[in-house]
Amino acid sequence: MLLIHCPYCDETLPEAEFTYAGQAHVIRHPEPSSQTDQEWEEFLFIRENVKGDHFERWRHFHGCGRYFNAVRNTVSDKFLTTYKAGAPRPQLSDLKEGGE
Amino acid sequence: MSVSISTLSAGVIIETKSARVSVAAPKGRLSLRTRGDLGVFGSALGVEMPSKIGACVRSGELEVLCLGPDEWTLMLPQDQVASIFDALNAIYEAQPHSLTEVSAREVTFEIEGTHATDLLSIGCPRDIESIPVGEARRTVFDGVTVILWRDASTQFRMDVWNSFAPYLAQTLETGCKEIAAELA
Ligand SMILES: [Zn+2]
Repeated sequence: MLLIHCPYCDETLPEAEFTYAGQAHVIRHPEPSSQTDQEWEEFLFIRENVKGDHFERWRHFHGCGRYFNAVRNTVSDKFLTTYKAGAPRPQLSDLKEGGE
Repeated sequence: MSVSISTLSAGVIIETKSARVSVAAPKGRLSLRTRGDLGVFGSALGVEMPSKIGACVRSGELEVLCLGPDEWTLMLPQDQVASIFDALNAIYEAQPHSLTEVSAREVTFEIEGTHATDLLSIGCPRDIESIPVGEARRTVFDGVTVILWRDASTQFRMDVWNSFAPYLAQTLETGCKEIAAELA
């Protein structure tokens, strides 16, 4: 079983307490009515399909209930880091050199 | 007013040499959500509000548990529920919040005995030993969200939503028998 660090509880816990919630940093346009059909399509449906380090959302469903972000390698399943929702997207190079 | 609809009545479900599982008497349960000033809430309730997730504070018969960054659960005798509403209504203008009575939503199992930790591990993927005595955690037990309180080393309470309670009661009963059979 994977162990996942919840940045709100500050504990590393079994995956069974968490649910996956899709790609992270998908931002709704502040003026939705300005968007074309194609822009809506991209916002709603088009996602990266990364083989490697993926920025994604998780929710500590059976816990504090919070959504947060993570960087997970989709090949090895290793989590490089987790961070609170709203925190800036970390640089991959920082995660790989210094570890967590 | 919250009316209890639990199909389980208070009393012992099973007792073996491994552990005892019982249904606790009804309690007052309140859910508090706020991003306000915790100091003000603490003064109104007469406690130091916990801000670390999983930490509990107690004052008299009131227990306050921090469940999330903006979420607390309050456990108290049912006849004290109204006074908590009065205390927090008085600060509502300055400290917006949501206070909801959820007494009838849940029942509490009391799980204690030398093998209580083993019994919990049949359904809970957490390392039970990592929960400090005096604290509590919302976690999962056999697919069901529960709040697990560790009152002493081998003494726990498990708050469960009503609709899951008969199923978890059966699971705990079976587990309790199996662990006792292994000991025999
Ligand atoms: Zn959490």
